[in-house]
Amino acid sequence: MKLAISITGQTLDSPFDARFGRAASFCLVDTDTGSWTVHANPALSASGGAGVQAAQFIAQLGAQAIVSGAYGPKAYTTLAAANIQRFLASGHDGRTAADILTAFKSGHLATADDATHGGHHGG
Amino acid sequence: MRIVVASGKGGTGKTTVSTSLAQVAAEAYSVRFLDCDVEAPNAALFLHPALATQREVGILVPRVDTQACTHCGKCAEVCQFHAIAVVGQTVLVFDDLCHGCGSCTLICPEQAISEQLSVIGVIDTGLTPEGIAFAQGVMNVGQAMGVPILRELKKWTPEAMPATCDAPRQPLEIRDAPPGASCPVVETMRGAEFVLFVTEPTPFGLHDLKQVAAIAREFDLPAGVVINRDGIGDDAIDTYCAVQNLPILLRIPLERRIAEALASGQTLVDAAPEYRTLFKDLLERIVARMNA
Repeated sequence: MKLAISITGQTLDSPFDARFGRAASFCLVDTDTGSWTVHANPALSASGGAGVQAAQFIAQLGAQAIVSGAYGPKAYTTLAAANIQRFLASGHDGRTAADILTAFKSGHLATADDATHGGHHGG
Repeated sequence: MRIVVASGKGGTGKTTVSTSLAQVAAEAYSVRFLDCDVEAPNAALFLHPALATQREVGILVPRVDTQACTHCGKCAEVCQFHAIAVVGQTVLVFDDLCHGCGSCTLICPEQAISEQLSVIGVIDTGLTPEGIAFAQGVMNVGQAMGVPILRELKKWTPEAMPATCDAPRQPLEIRDAPPGASCPVVETMRGAEFVLFVTEPTPFGLHDLKQVAAIAREFDLPAGVVINRDGIGDDAIDTYCAVQNLPILLRIPLERRIAEALASGQTLVDAAPEYRTLFKDLLERIVARMNA
C-alpha cells in the first residue's frame, strides 16, 4: 500500500514531522517494495485551511494511509472522506520516516478515530 | 465626511474619544455613528441609542448539488481558503473557512453550486437621545471573520435621518474602529477621509500606533493623534509624531473622576463639560484637515 509520512526533510531518513497541515513535506512510501518519493507540502504557507489542503494533496498522491502526529477536525473529515487511514506517532522520539515505516509495518502505531484536537482559528 | 477613530492597542480610549466627538458633532452635523468593533461593540453603553431594528448579516456559502457534480475539482482548486475540498467522489464544504467570494460558484462548469446565506452576525440600528443615527455590528460567538459584517455596516443608510429644525445639515460619519491592525481595521479605514489615532504614551501604545499609522499611509489618509492618559509613561509618542509629521490634536490627562464617569456609562464630554470646547476644537481641526 501507499503510505504517506509527514516529514521535515527530503528523504526517507528525514525527521518525522508531527504536524500534519503544516508539515514541510510528505514521504510517500510503497510499503510492499520500499520505494519512496518526497513531495513538498503545498499547504505549508496557506493562510488558513492547511489541513484541508494537505489532506487533498495526499489524496491526489494516491496515499491509502497517513502517519502524522495530530489531525484537526477538517483534516480528519477530509482524510476520512478520501478513505485514507490515519495513524498517529509521537514527534518527541527523534524518529526518522524510516523509523516510522518500521513501526507501521510492525503494527505499533495507533489509529486516529477522530480529530485529535479542536480547530485552529478559521481565518 | 467620514472619520475613523483607531488605535492599534486596545483600551487606549477609542470609544471614549469617538462617542464624545459624535456628541459634539451632533450639534452642527447630521451624525451617523458606526461601532465597527464587531467582536465587542461598546459605544452603545455611552451613547445610549434606542436600538429599534436588527438585521442578520452573513456571507454566501456554496451548496453543491451532488447529482450535477462531476467531481472535477475546479471549485477546490480556485478556493483560496480551502473551504471546499473534492476527494474522490465526495465534495466537502467547510463553512467556517469560506470567505463568501463566490469563485467556486462562478467556475463550476456544471452550475452545480448554489449559494446560501450563512449568518455570522447582526447589525443593530437606532437613534441616540441627541439624534445621532447609530449602528453597530455584532459578530456571533464562534465566528472568526468580522469583515463581511463591516462591509454591510458601512453600507447602512439611516431610513429617516433625525429631523432638524434648522437648515439641512452636512452629514458626518464617525467609525469607531476595532483594536488591532488586521483586516477589520483595514476594512474600517477603507473609504474614510480622516483617521484619528487615539494612543497612550507607553511603548505598547507607540508600537501599535506605528502599525495603524502604516495602514492609514497605505490609504493615503490624513491623520491626527489624540494622546489619552497624557502624563503617564514617556514622550516617545511626541517624538514619533514629530518625525512622522502627525499632528497631536488633543491631550487627555489621566484623571480618576473621568475613569469613574466612563465606568458608569457617561461620555467624557458629559462627565467633564470643560472637554466640550476641546472636542469642538478637535472636530474643527479634523474638518479643516479633511478640507485642506
